[in-house]
Amino acid sequence: MATAFSAPKLAAQPFSTISPSSQDRPLKIPFLGSTRKLRCLGSSRLNLSRRPSGPVVAVSDVVKAKKPTQNPSLLITKDEGLELYEDMVLGRAFEDMCAQMYYRGKMFGFVHLYNGQEAVSTGFIKLLKQQDSVVSTYRDHVHALSKGVPSRAVMSELFGKSTGCCRGQGGSMHMFSSEHNLIGGFAFIGEGIPVATGAAFSSKYRREVLKEANCDHVTLAFFGDGTCNNGQFYECLNMAALWKLPIVFVVENNLWAIGMSHLRATSDPQIYKKGPAFGMPGVHVDGMDVLKVREVAKEAIGRARRGEGPTLVECETYRFRGHSLADPDELRDPAEKAHYAARDPITALKKYLIENNLAGEAELKAIDKKIDELLEDAVEFAEESPLPPRSQLLENVFADPKGFGIGPDGRYRCEDPKFTEGTAHV
Amino acid sequence: MAAIFQGVGAAEALSSSPFNSFDSNKSIFSPRRSFSVRKGASFAVVRSDGTVNLNLKGRRAQQLISNAVATKADSAAASSSSKPGHELLLFEALQEGLEEEMDRDPHVCVMGEDVGHYGGSYKVTKGLAKKFGDLRVLDTPIAENSFTGMGIGAAMTGLRPVIEGMNMGFLLLAFNQISNNCGMLHYTSGGQFTIPIVIRGPGGVGRQLGAEHSQRLESYFQSIPGIQMVACSTPYNAKGLMKAAIRSENPVILFEHVLLYNLKERIPDEDYICNLEEAEMVRPGEHVTILTYSRMRYHVMQAAKTLVNKGYDPEVIDIRSLKPFDLYTIGNSVKKTHRVLIVEECMRTGGIGASLTAAITENFNDYLDAPIMCLSSQDVPTPYAGTLEEVTVVQPPQIVTAVEQLCQ
Repeated sequence: MATAFSAPKLAAQPFSTISPSSQDRPLKIPFLGSTRKLRCLGSSRLNLSRRPSGPVVAVSDVVKAKKPTQNPSLLITKDEGLELYEDMVLGRAFEDMCAQMYYRGKMFGFVHLYNGQEAVSTGFIKLLKQQDSVVSTYRDHVHALSKGVPSRAVMSELFGKSTGCCRGQGGSMHMFSSEHNLIGGFAFIGEGIPVATGAAFSSKYRREVLKEANCDHVTLAFFGDGTCNNGQFYECLNMAALWKLPIVFVVENNLWAIGMSHLRATSDPQIYKKGPAFGMPGVHVDGMDVLKVREVAKEAIGRARRGEGPTLVECETYRFRGHSLADPDELRDPAEKAHYAARDPITALKKYLIENNLAGEAELKAIDKKIDELLEDAVEFAEESPLPPRSQLLENVFADPKGFGIGPDGRYRCEDPKFTEGTAHV
Repeated sequence: MAAIFQGVGAAEALSSSPFNSFDSNKSIFSPRRSFSVRKGASFAVVRSDGTVNLNLKGRRAQQLISNAVATKADSAAASSSSKPGHELLLFEALQEGLEEEMDRDPHVCVMGEDVGHYGGSYKVTKGLAKKFGDLRVLDTPIAENSFTGMGIGAAMTGLRPVIEGMNMGFLLLAFNQISNNCGMLHYTSGGQFTIPIVIRGPGGVGRQLGAEHSQRLESYFQSIPGIQMVACSTPYNAKGLMKAAIRSENPVILFEHVLLYNLKERIPDEDYICNLEEAEMVRPGEHVTILTYSRMRYHVMQAAKTLVNKGYDPEVIDIRSLKPFDLYTIGNSVKKTHRVLIVEECMRTGGIGASLTAAITENFNDYLDAPIMCLSSQDVPTPYAGTLEEVTVVQPPQIVTAVEQLCQ
């Protein structure tokens, strides 16, 4: 089975038809990364050891998985298929439940939902080991779930309860799990990319300085199209490629940064092209198709594991809901929304599984039901969990609470018994 | 550098001969003064010449010397002969501390611009890249925000990075990462990730370096919850604070000063650290408490020489820990002298002195006989011209005048 990276070289055609500056009718232009256009751009062999710039690859066309009659050419086994399906349904159902809970007044603040983008999270994260790290943005619920953080823990965190994965101290935008190596959850865009670079640096350091020969942990950094205009993105692309860090930069290009269309904000909207400028391959993939994403992810993660360095993967995807639950979402063209709604990744996978006789309707419905029950349990757990007590206020400010200093009485403030009650004076 | 060495000379002079004070019977340097007794530990005065009297009984005693304060023996000669030590410059002390910690723990690494092959722009990391390799002493591209963030990510995943800002002012570019990630992530992750990072670099007003290279960032960083800030001022406490900062599980910002790198002092051969949260008693006294840190310590000591000749007996404390303040040492001093003068190089507005004034007023208002005076740098971008630059920072004559005013 050919992967995108080993396909024969094809000439790259200049991208002539779409002009990013035609802002008069931004909504009528088909998305530049649309599969039709990029089919013309070929994929070329990856050869990065000496050449400073890697080739630009578009995989939308190369990885076509629809061959219903021949089993060996299928991209996934039944078990894998069901795993992917379940993960995507979990993501979708969880986010829908979040919306419901928000409007019922159970969660507060800014909540950013991932509906429609499940293929990216599932496609990438399901290929990782537990020790691999994931760094996300504020749209991080589904990344947390895919990485293995229990739904109960995430839901409690959203409700602000002390049983949440961050003890209620993080919230929607700051999901962390040291057990599952989910390193955030960041509210400012681009802020997590250097942290991800650092996690990848740790992995390389362990292998080369601490001589832990088996350490091949990979880090995935997820971020959006808006972030790709931010300095931190470029600085980290540079450092990751320079030191060949085991990291994959995954761009979830959903075309909109709140109300700012990607085309209006970016001089060259083709984000994947920015990879070769730094000496790493840049790959574009249809982010509404979990199997395509998975194929690209396999190769990118494999590259990182082998120590060949970073990859920039641009996933064309779409969010079905607004930017956050506070966003009225009036700016986007209904036709655009309909276009992507027709490419719902869950529906697509379901169709694939059924057409290829990997699973039956009943099996999939059973999974749906299982997820519903799981979520109801999660909500119940979250509802019944206690709110954080006052004593929790000062507890995790410092890893070493001596950092609160020495009080007038000569004792460390953290030794004050009122400190644990949260009523001590700091 | 003349002013500084004069200051050091003044300190040495103070330590070697008894001074005329109002009460000539009382020795200024009596060992084991009561103010220094803390629960379970006793310690005494540090001298800027670095003599240390080891006290291993303290509650915080570890295998190594737990804090860095010494009793002053009756004469300087006796103290220096009891502990030979070795003499070095402040930047060498920092390097020694860093090297020892890197030897001790392979997870300690350095990241910064020109720290590797170049040896550090102030030679603090000289020779380390040759010894430890290019990955442990990482030469980064010029991207402060990102490599600081990278250090934070590395710290969260098990390493102990020491980030160098070539000049502290450059760390303004890393403010996003320092404030949002370094300070916050331990808390927002519910305690799941620790960030044992050290961020260090030279700051302060130098010799006509211009406005942007003469910044004092301690005032900007002091509000960030979750970090600790310390400022070193002598080779002894530079090495001690560097080591303590690296060993600490909290993120620590270590402020060095461009003009202090060539200070020479004799420091002990054995392993020691300086407690991150404690202040340092430089010169005990009776009449007025002068609180200072970093370079201003030397201006204060120079002024102290003049003041002593005029008959005053100032107590000088190097607060060292800029966040949190050591209110115990400071409080005991205030309770004794009832007058406080703060001398700092920070700007007046929102600086360390402002916070310190508030903290002292809140906690020790009843003990004050006069309003707290705070001498800070002028609220101007540091001018290039030497004459103007000189009057931007606090000079010894101003300190003398302030003490005279305070003690009226």
